[in-house]
Amino acid sequence: MKSLKEKISESVFLLIALSALSALALITVFIFIEGVPIIAKVGVVNFVFGMKWAPSQGAFGIFPMIIGSVSVTLGAAVLGVPVALCCSIFLAEFAPATLSNLVRPAIQLLAGIPSVVYGFWGLVFIVPAIRNYLGGPGLSILAGSVILAIMILPTVISISEVSLLALPRLYKEGAFALGATHWQTIRSVLMPAAKSGIVAAIILGIGRAIGETMAVIMVLGNAVALPQSILDPARTLTTNIGIEMGYASGEHQEALFATGIVLLIIIMILNAIAQYAARRR
Amino acid sequence: MPKAGIIVAGSTSVQPFAEVLAEEYMTLHPDVTIDIQGGGSAAGIMAAQSGIADIGMSSRELEGGEKSLWYVEIARDGLAVIVHPSNPIGNLSLNQVRDIYAATVSNWSLLGGPRSQIHVITREDGSGTRAAFESLVMGKAEITPRAIVQDSNGAVRQLVADDPNAIGFISLGLVNETVKALELGGVAATRENVINGSYGLSRPFLFIARSQPTGQTKQFIDFTLSAEGQKLLATEGLIPSSDGTGK
Amino acid sequence: MRVSARSTQMIAKIVIWSAALLVIVLLLAIMIYILLKGVPTLNWQFLSEIPRDMGRSGGILSTVVGTLLVTAVAIVVATPLGVGTAFYLTEYTREGRVTRIIRFSAESLAGIPSIVYGLFGFIFFVIYLKLGWSILSGGLTLAVMILPTIIRTSEEAIRTVPSLYREVSFSLGGTKWQTITRAVIPSALPGIAIGIILGIGRCVAETAAVILTAGSALRMPISLFSPARTMAVHFYILAREGISMERAYGTAAILIILILLVNVVANMLVNRFVARGR
Repeated sequence: MKSLKEKISESVFLLIALSALSALALITVFIFIEGVPIIAKVGVVNFVFGMKWAPSQGAFGIFPMIIGSVSVTLGAAVLGVPVALCCSIFLAEFAPATLSNLVRPAIQLLAGIPSVVYGFWGLVFIVPAIRNYLGGPGLSILAGSVILAIMILPTVISISEVSLLALPRLYKEGAFALGATHWQTIRSVLMPAAKSGIVAAIILGIGRAIGETMAVIMVLGNAVALPQSILDPARTLTTNIGIEMGYASGEHQEALFATGIVLLIIIMILNAIAQYAARRR
Repeated sequence: MPKAGIIVAGSTSVQPFAEVLAEEYMTLHPDVTIDIQGGGSAAGIMAAQSGIADIGMSSRELEGGEKSLWYVEIARDGLAVIVHPSNPIGNLSLNQVRDIYAATVSNWSLLGGPRSQIHVITREDGSGTRAAFESLVMGKAEITPRAIVQDSNGAVRQLVADDPNAIGFISLGLVNETVKALELGGVAATRENVINGSYGLSRPFLFIARSQPTGQTKQFIDFTLSAEGQKLLATEGLIPSSDGTGK
Repeated sequence: MRVSARSTQMIAKIVIWSAALLVIVLLLAIMIYILLKGVPTLNWQFLSEIPRDMGRSGGILSTVVGTLLVTAVAIVVATPLGVGTAFYLTEYTREGRVTRIIRFSAESLAGIPSIVYGLFGFIFFVIYLKLGWSILSGGLTLAVMILPTIIRTSEEAIRTVPSLYREVSFSLGGTKWQTITRAVIPSALPGIAIGIILGIGRCVAETAAVILTAGSALRMPISLFSPARTMAVHFYILAREGISMERAYGTAAILIILILLVNVVANMLVNRFVARGR
């Protein structure tokens, strides 16, 4: 028998939950309502695979942006994940307590730096370096990959480290008892055992990379053409929205929301993969 | 809905000058508040049309349906084509600039410069500066999709100042010693040449409103067009408006 | 030539230590660069004056106030909604399909790029609800943005409260409400607080979503309906337009110091969380 007070408090919580969830539902619905008409008009295939983005002429193909997002994210993963994994192994296995207590907060700090600061730093150091030593305008997929690699380090490091630390001591002690070296233990026993957590960390890092806007606008060059090398400027799905958001109206604006839909779908797919990986223990 | 005084929004080219005007105006009239917002010419026109802003700023002429809005030219601004100071080329014809931007010419050596690829820099799609450039220089030709896009005059200037192979276009008033403004057809890019008409690349800075402004908004616009306001703009590098009265 | 296990181990150790070193060097490079160039600009004047002359002179007071107000609105709106939802999901419902779907949606929404929130906020709050460019528009947009994160971290914190606490409370005759307020909340509080602090960090650092909802006006905001410029936006505009590099660096330095403080507080809370004995 629930008292009145109990019923009220439960209803209050229910109300709160419903409001919050409807706010979140609102944004999803909104994005779809605004974006679907233009996709319907242009055609899904034309939109997703169209090569030309020129809204003032009615051309709404986002394929170059998809390639931009994919290449920059891939580059960030290739550059950042190995370093991040090594660093997480360092923190979990090799670092003395005093050092890890310094390094861990330092990495958290990296996570909090505003992306515009990263972008600016990249503009001052990375872009000229690429321009002077590798050629091209410097604003390039490579520059974007480097900056994003740095930006996803904290995410991948901290989650991987947690996964490694969560492993039962038994694994390590068992391996040592069998005569394995420290490195052999890490490589053949610990890493595979922590695989699902590490995979989740990498996917979260990739998710962050795909979603980054401001830093990328500053170093990627934002050209609408399909990039042909990593030294070419490019545009991602997010920077496409960011750089044209304020100006757009009518169909142009709908196309930006449609880009948002594509992003939402990509994030959902990534999340589904991450959850699947996490469940396979 | 309580409003925070006069809201001015639009062109990022006009924005800094509007801010200077607003600051001066608010010192003279402490009871008035003016808030300046960026967003680009297209956004400014839309904001004025829908009423979210009292005044919209544009750095290009109004077109088509936009002409039904109330507008006034508050100043003229030259459009400078800039290159790196070390670039040996100092003079190009309008056709050559167009060819560069259309990517028909993609190497500096074809124009008498060093053998290196031209890095073309343009503004984003809704920018008034870009629209002005397109109508004055490009005509029917399209700016190459391989051009690097930056979202402000300052960013374009910064890029050109850092890259010896870059070319870009910015507000004449923003040219400084970090970049070199090209002569076009032998005519130097100076205020005087814009005023006397020999340098053809110039565009109007417009204040736009949904309908004839009244009250505080009208007074601020009047200040902008007054001798004092115009002098302020001239000191900042703009050219006084030829259109002293509103439409 | 067979490489011995010892030498592989040695190589591995070198690679791993170098990676860690690289990360630390990068962090220091970025932070030291900003602080070195920015701290000289920091003085009481810089913090207490508003920007003048397009930001070429004066200080950054209005942007500090703007940042605080926008963040405050976001937190005040998102915290009760987020924590309350987390409580409802963990305490009042059973684990099942519905909760899994809700959790998945919250996860996905947490991953949406902030620019999409900015686009939504611009159309919905600024234009449709006619709030215009204002602290309210910016704060509400940020609230929606950090809501999924707060729900997730709060839910995590609440779920890890040992069921023992609840069982003891019930066996002593406590009602659901009493159990929540007296047994669960105190224990989950540090975890919830961490989520809120992460949300604060995100609000302070956010640029894309703010610039189109709170605007970029330089004046000191006088009400929640005033437009405002946050420090992150100010830095972006100053640095991009080349208006005043010293002030840009100064703003960035303040931002970094602020983030440092936020992190220190979060860390203290984490330590308390762990120390409470999970």
